[in-house]
Amino acid sequence: MTVETTSAPPAARLSLRGWLASDAPASRRQAVLGNVYRGFVALVSNRTALTGLVIVAALLGIAVFAPLVSGFRSPIDQSLSERLAAPGAAHWFGTDEFGRDIFARIAYGTRVTLTIVMLVSIVVAPIGLLVGTTAGYLGATAGRAGGIIDAVLMRITDIFLAFPRLVLALAFAGALGPGIENAVIAISLTAWPPFARIARAETVSIARSDFISAVVLQGASTARILFRHIVPLCLSSLIVRLTLDMAGIILTAAGLGFLGLGAQPPTPEWGAMVASGRNVIFEQWWVATIPGLAIFIVSLGFNLLGDGLRDVLDPKSS
Amino acid sequence: MSDAALLEVEDLNVSFPGRGGITRAVRNASFSLGRERLGIVGESGSGKSTTGRALLGLIPAPGIVTAKRMTFGGQDLRGLPDAEWQKLRGRRMSMVMQDPKYSLNPVLKIGEQIEETYRLHHRSSQGEARSKALAMLEAVKIRDPDLVYHLYAHQLSGGMGQRAMIAMMLIAEPDLLIADEPTSALDVTVQNEVLRILDDLVTDRGMGLIFISHNLTIVGSFCDRVLVMYGGRIVEELKASELAAAKHPYTQALIKAAPSLEHPLAELAVVTRDPAWLI
Amino acid sequence: MIEVTDLCVTFGNSGRPIHAVRNVSFAVAKGESFGIVGESGSGKSTILKAIAGLVDPDRLALRIDGRPTGRWRSKAERRLLQFVFQDPYASLHPRQTVDDALREPLLIHKLADIDAEVGRALADVGLSPVHRYRFPHQLSGGQRQRVAIARALILKPSILLLDEPTSALDVSIQAEILNLISRLRKTYQLTSILVSHDLGVVAHLCSRIAIMKGGQLVEILGVEDLRRSKTSQPYTRELLVASHGFTRTVA
Repeated sequence: MTVETTSAPPAARLSLRGWLASDAPASRRQAVLGNVYRGFVALVSNRTALTGLVIVAALLGIAVFAPLVSGFRSPIDQSLSERLAAPGAAHWFGTDEFGRDIFARIAYGTRVTLTIVMLVSIVVAPIGLLVGTTAGYLGATAGRAGGIIDAVLMRITDIFLAFPRLVLALAFAGALGPGIENAVIAISLTAWPPFARIARAETVSIARSDFISAVVLQGASTARILFRHIVPLCLSSLIVRLTLDMAGIILTAAGLGFLGLGAQPPTPEWGAMVASGRNVIFEQWWVATIPGLAIFIVSLGFNLLGDGLRDVLDPKSS
Repeated sequence: MSDAALLEVEDLNVSFPGRGGITRAVRNASFSLGRERLGIVGESGSGKSTTGRALLGLIPAPGIVTAKRMTFGGQDLRGLPDAEWQKLRGRRMSMVMQDPKYSLNPVLKIGEQIEETYRLHHRSSQGEARSKALAMLEAVKIRDPDLVYHLYAHQLSGGMGQRAMIAMMLIAEPDLLIADEPTSALDVTVQNEVLRILDDLVTDRGMGLIFISHNLTIVGSFCDRVLVMYGGRIVEELKASELAAAKHPYTQALIKAAPSLEHPLAELAVVTRDPAWLI
Repeated sequence: MIEVTDLCVTFGNSGRPIHAVRNVSFAVAKGESFGIVGESGSGKSTILKAIAGLVDPDRLALRIDGRPTGRWRSKAERRLLQFVFQDPYASLHPRQTVDDALREPLLIHKLADIDAEVGRALADVGLSPVHRYRFPHQLSGGQRQRVAIARALILKPSILLLDEPTSALDVSIQAEILNLISRLRKTYQLTSILVSHDLGVVAHLCSRIAIMKGGQLVEILGVEDLRRSKTSQPYTRELLVASHGFTRTVA
């Protein structure tokens, strides 16, 4: 008696990578995710970009898991008996003049840095996009009236561009008092003009393209054209510029903190930490140097990531 | 007229390694060229332009060019060092490209560019080079050579620009001229003028000409022999006068696909691509 | 269906005005296939764009379907007339899939049954569902032009304007696209104006042809007259001769 065993055919399972890399996507989601996947692969194949990405990811990770990373040490608890302790087993980065653990302050400081960076981005990107795309599109397509609107918007942009960032922040602090919110407002007010300029430049170059004409011919309103068709094309340049500007924003915030205008004690803001460590820099170097290094590394990380993103997203290279 | 072959190519292969594998742009192309007009016809991606560039050593890295035989006037072109290429290019082999807007130097005067080409290959004084340049401009039927001499590329029309390009490429009196879509960017009434000039010059100087184009009508009416390329291969080689009797189905399809004024069809013949052509 | 009277377009930037189109008048009957032929700088594309409202003419009396039409068009007027552009590499939004591009007009006009309509439009131009979610850079020139045609027809216009739709394509792909345009014209009984520099293309698709030179209308003739070179205009003869390719003058 023979027993015939038939094995069931192996189920055809499309791996995730295959799904993403498919050249016949079956839905918009698959197509968009496929593009993101390809961009991501291109990004991480670039070593400097990968370094930047790792640093920024680490920043995010530490910010989210700050309590865990700092071993549940408090960044604000003072312990005057342990003040100005050197880096060692008990305190990995030593303590500051109030006996606060510097490692924990660095870890929690990532949250402050990230908050400032995100708040500024959320304010600056939409304003820049709105002003830039409107000016560019109307200037290129709406005849004389459009040209006037373009000119007016760009002159307003120029005026804000002329303000020196730190001086404006000082003025704000003087008027409204110090604090993170005011620092964010001050930085945002001077950070948006370059984005408006970039958005305008991109818009001008595409405003007369055939694909925009096609949508005009379909009866789209100006708002729809700007929002659905032009803004998506400006996003790449904007993201690259924003990432590269992060370093500058962090340094400005640190500068404000250094001057006592940003986050107020006992919030662990890196710039303020450098300031307070100034007095003891020669004997207890770690108090000022370590936050300084943190600022440096994070700025560098954003710069490297921005460069990598530019290589991936820059439409000219595609 | 010497009938000795100017150019002999056997089994030319050009490949480009890339992220997705190796792309074979030209596969086993073999042909010879005497002092005649040879047309290479094909669509985009057929390998015709790549062939032209390979003959001038203009395939950039990481492209790989191999051939069983590739000789020009007896000289082996395979693996030639840059210094040797420089002696050949411009002096003995030249290339005219599609759009003079992109192939003429925008910041030099036309006359200066032509002079420069001459002085690169011949020891001569500035005055001598200048008169040669002017003579060349006259040879390409430019009516006012003195005026055009001092113009810049953007001030010339398409047809004039292309004539200036031809002047520049022929001033050193090469034996072989490769023209890659020289008239595709020109209006149809200007095309024939430029072709006529090219024709006269090639006849007068006894040059060999390779005319690369996607336009079968022009190639068929201008050249002596025609090579038809598809997918990197030469699928047919025939005399231009015998095009109507082409044997390969791709050539036949190409001829029928172009809408003709004299022979209207309700529906144009569509090329059904046989994968067998790629083998 | 389309009446163009005394169209003049001048592009004047910084001083020297360019008279792109000078006093051109013609009419296209409903369902007719009209062609405009000329070389570069003849103004043929400008005429088409003026009819579509994409350029600002100095002077134009335009009637579409009997109604006077100005530069500003209402949404309803937009549905009447659609355009196929020359460069397939520039006429599709680089960040939108084929599906997005075809949905957009339907969304703008708040039409129903979007999914089905998009599927139908794709099938109409010979594209398969595999192309639906691709981005333009993943499509060939011929495929992109098919998408452009599908996009133009998805609103079911009565008038189709085509600006050198096959100039950027290989001759074999051109044949396919020309056959497609011919079929769709008949199926949807479109009134069309086709602009090209190629006499063969225009003669294949159009019944009446206008010859343009330097912004001016040289003549309008029927396609049969064109085929038989029945013309009194020297420029038309020049074009006809040139279209045969190179003729070696035997000394």
